[in-house]
Amino acid sequence: MSATGIGAPVRRKEDFRFITGQGQYTDDVTRPGETRAVFVRSPHAHANIKSIDVSAAKTMPGVIDVLTGAQLATDKIGNLICGWMIHSKDGSPMKMAAHPALAATKVNCVGDAVAVVIAETVAQGKDAAEKVKVDYEVLPAVVDPAKAQAKDAPQIHPDIANNTIYQWHLGEKKDVDAAFAAAKHVTKLDIVNNRLVPNAMEPRAALADYDAGTDNLTLWNTSQNPHVARLVISAFIGMAPEHKLRVIAPDVGGGFGSKIFIYPEEVVCLWASRKVKRPVKWTSDRSEAFLTDAHGRDHVTHAELALDANGKILALRAKTIANLGAYMSTFSSSVPTYLYATLLSGQYNIPSIYCEVDAVYTNTAPVDAYRGAGRPEATFVVERLVEVAARQMGIDPADLRRRNFITAFPHQTPVIMAYDGGDYNASLKKAMEMADVKGFAKRKRDAARNGKLRGLGYSTYIEACGIAPSQAVGSLGAGVGLWESAEVRVNPTGSVEVLTGSHAHGQGHETTFAQLVSERLGIPIENVSIVHGDTDKVQFGMGTYGSRSGAVGMSAIVKALDKIEIKAKKVAAFMLEAAEGDIEFKDGKFTVAGTDKSAAFGDVALNAYIAHKFTGAELEPGLKETSFYDPTNFTFPAGCHICELDVDIETGKVDIVNWTAVDDFGTIINPMIVEGQVHGGIAQGVGQALMEGAYYDANGQLVTGSMMDYTMPRAHDLPSFHVGLTETKSPSNPLGMKGCGEAGAIASPAAVINAITDAIGTENIAMPATASAVWTALQKLQAPKAA
Amino acid sequence: MANVSMTVNGKAVTGDVEPRTLLVQFLRENLRLTGTHVGCDTSQCGACIVHIDGIAAKACTTLALQVEGASITTIEGLAEPGGKLHPMQEAFREHHGLQCGYCTPGMIMSALDIVRRNGNNLDEHTIRDQLDGNICRCTGYHNIVKAIEAGAKAMAK
Repeated sequence: MSATGIGAPVRRKEDFRFITGQGQYTDDVTRPGETRAVFVRSPHAHANIKSIDVSAAKTMPGVIDVLTGAQLATDKIGNLICGWMIHSKDGSPMKMAAHPALAATKVNCVGDAVAVVIAETVAQGKDAAEKVKVDYEVLPAVVDPAKAQAKDAPQIHPDIANNTIYQWHLGEKKDVDAAFAAAKHVTKLDIVNNRLVPNAMEPRAALADYDAGTDNLTLWNTSQNPHVARLVISAFIGMAPEHKLRVIAPDVGGGFGSKIFIYPEEVVCLWASRKVKRPVKWTSDRSEAFLTDAHGRDHVTHAELALDANGKILALRAKTIANLGAYMSTFSSSVPTYLYATLLSGQYNIPSIYCEVDAVYTNTAPVDAYRGAGRPEATFVVERLVEVAARQMGIDPADLRRRNFITAFPHQTPVIMAYDGGDYNASLKKAMEMADVKGFAKRKRDAARNGKLRGLGYSTYIEACGIAPSQAVGSLGAGVGLWESAEVRVNPTGSVEVLTGSHAHGQGHETTFAQLVSERLGIPIENVSIVHGDTDKVQFGMGTYGSRSGAVGMSAIVKALDKIEIKAKKVAAFMLEAAEGDIEFKDGKFTVAGTDKSAAFGDVALNAYIAHKFTGAELEPGLKETSFYDPTNFTFPAGCHICELDVDIETGKVDIVNWTAVDDFGTIINPMIVEGQVHGGIAQGVGQALMEGAYYDANGQLVTGSMMDYTMPRAHDLPSFHVGLTETKSPSNPLGMKGCGEAGAIASPAAVINAITDAIGTENIAMPATASAVWTALQKLQAPKAA
Repeated sequence: MANVSMTVNGKAVTGDVEPRTLLVQFLRENLRLTGTHVGCDTSQCGACIVHIDGIAAKACTTLALQVEGASITTIEGLAEPGGKLHPMQEAFREHHGLQCGYCTPGMIMSALDIVRRNGNNLDEHTIRDQLDGNICRCTGYHNIVKAIEAGAKAMAK
């Protein structure tokens, strides 16, 4: 391993600009003559718009124009769409309601935009927005997914009965029912997977610039996948032909899924820029972010596990209601279906699984993928069921897991996925050693002497990442292919630019991708630049989510580098006057086999461009190659997290005293970055388990609409983490990578809740397990004793 | 409009602002010092932290006119003029104390204030406790804590 190659903890190339305040996020970009957009948003969760009067607002200082949904419709700007078709069990297609970028006749959630003020400054825009008069006829709202399908629930979209988007299922019900009928033990759980607000620290932003001279539109935005944004905004929304629209996602301050999607504000900024013939910028307030960013999770589930007398799992069944909010966000339909039910086998050999999912509209913000997307929900169901079953049957939770682990690969689960490799015993064993599970009983006794109830919880999770083979996702309803592209440009001086369709928003691609190129070409890492996030530079790409940038994005780079090597060998053969087949490439040097004749990579690069050693008929000049890599399977990162915590008997406050994570991510490019991804994921999962939760009141008002009301994990809420690795290579991509971005968020909620229930001796407690919730549970548990 | 003058990163600056203009807006929009960020609107996240006369303050909750005559240091003013990084900046890079980079300027400015108040030998508990006014969504704080501990030590050298 070289100091900058694969496996080295190289310090990040991108850090200098961030630690010196020179990052360029969307709001940092300015264009001459820039105006500011301020949205007028509905204060009601559900209302008809009777009229909108913008006349007073238009006369306010600094106002350039005030635009409404009626004008948007007149200009034939298309609706936002959901790009993944799900069919109900009766074969009918999902029911996607119209989602205009500005509501013209009806609002369906608080924060729905009804008009936009274009002004010289944000302050002037806000003043004018106050003067827009909207006459609403307020309607009753429904916010609880469990109530959305009730006969008396208000109907949100015309022609969509019972607010039901689809009633989907997966698996063989008959087999499952038979297994349950024969089971010795059945564990049942009711689970609410709490609604979360992603809260990337950089709020969403959009800057649109229309060039009347060329009829070109440029959009800077906070996107995880600028090419997909361009495609949707062009092909479905009809803003501009694809070749007349450039989307640039510069430095992006965190995404966690919430910046995958195409949002109304970027559509409106583009449209408004063309109308006012000036650049239009919008930057979200955090308050707007709470109301309008796609939220995550929000499942209500009843789940059951059937086991034989020895604790062997026979079957699993689950019925889930998934809240998709007021409108279907870009990939919302896939999250509670193919990203969820397909992972219900966990790490276990479960012969039969059946899952039903109803997706519903409510008068709340749209819900879509948030770090893990479906897989955290699945893991929580499986890992809670297994834990509770173990305790009910008097079997050690680690032992019950071991009895059911899949140990032979490939393994076909009953829910589509074919696991290609892994060693679940290895990660459990290593985690148990690192966490000193043997010493737990003593630590529990010691804690009790200090008024603390100590608990230990496991989560042996699996996820499907490296999303995904295009044919496979196409057959499941995806509107896009999920390959990735890479272009490797070798310059005449031997430096290299890699243009990638992946997009970094904290993951460190400028470093890890350069490590790969440095190792493969034998050139200094400083000589490699990674270019991403601009549709004018990178021809096409599918972006970053689903832990796919390593397994898919880097595989594309490998394929392009393969082609570079082939072409460079041809050039070297002419230079060294040898047969192409005799040229060997190693450590940045081309050598004629068995001789001392060689040429350095830089010399070969130069010769490829000056083309003095070969004719155009023999070889095309230049050294640039492209690859579109389509994966052959998902990847299956898996591992074991163990949470050890104390519950304060007096206050119910939970303190995590030790966190152990042992993950199998396959090949690791940069362990420092991988560990950082694990840390961040655990923090988000612990946040979900202990403190985060988005709540709407019965009228559809978001009660947790700011960082003063929605509890974000802070430094003192978390411990330092103990992170370890096991490694089985993924056989499904050339580097053997599996992906690490989501694991922490997928594994951790179940580990926390398993530990709390272990500590206080209850079967179930809902997330977030706040001090108040835990204290209340403790009182209930102690009540019979008192009586 | 009102005129405001202050020293920013050692340079005298002046500008005409609306009385309601926040210090963070003045820095970002008038002076184009965009390293100071806005991550929330309730003074919770700390992405906007700068030093006012040497003490950390949230520039999103400070009016530009309030700091008339004051000396402001932003993230752009930390490295030496020749480009040599401040030890705390160096520590954040060395310990991978940042991912997306958005909270980072505020974290570093906050870290320096923790050192000012608590000295160069910081334990994990103190750092975590004192970081209460800064939110990071990427790192889980693990490496930020390590970076601050190391940066504080390096500053004593």
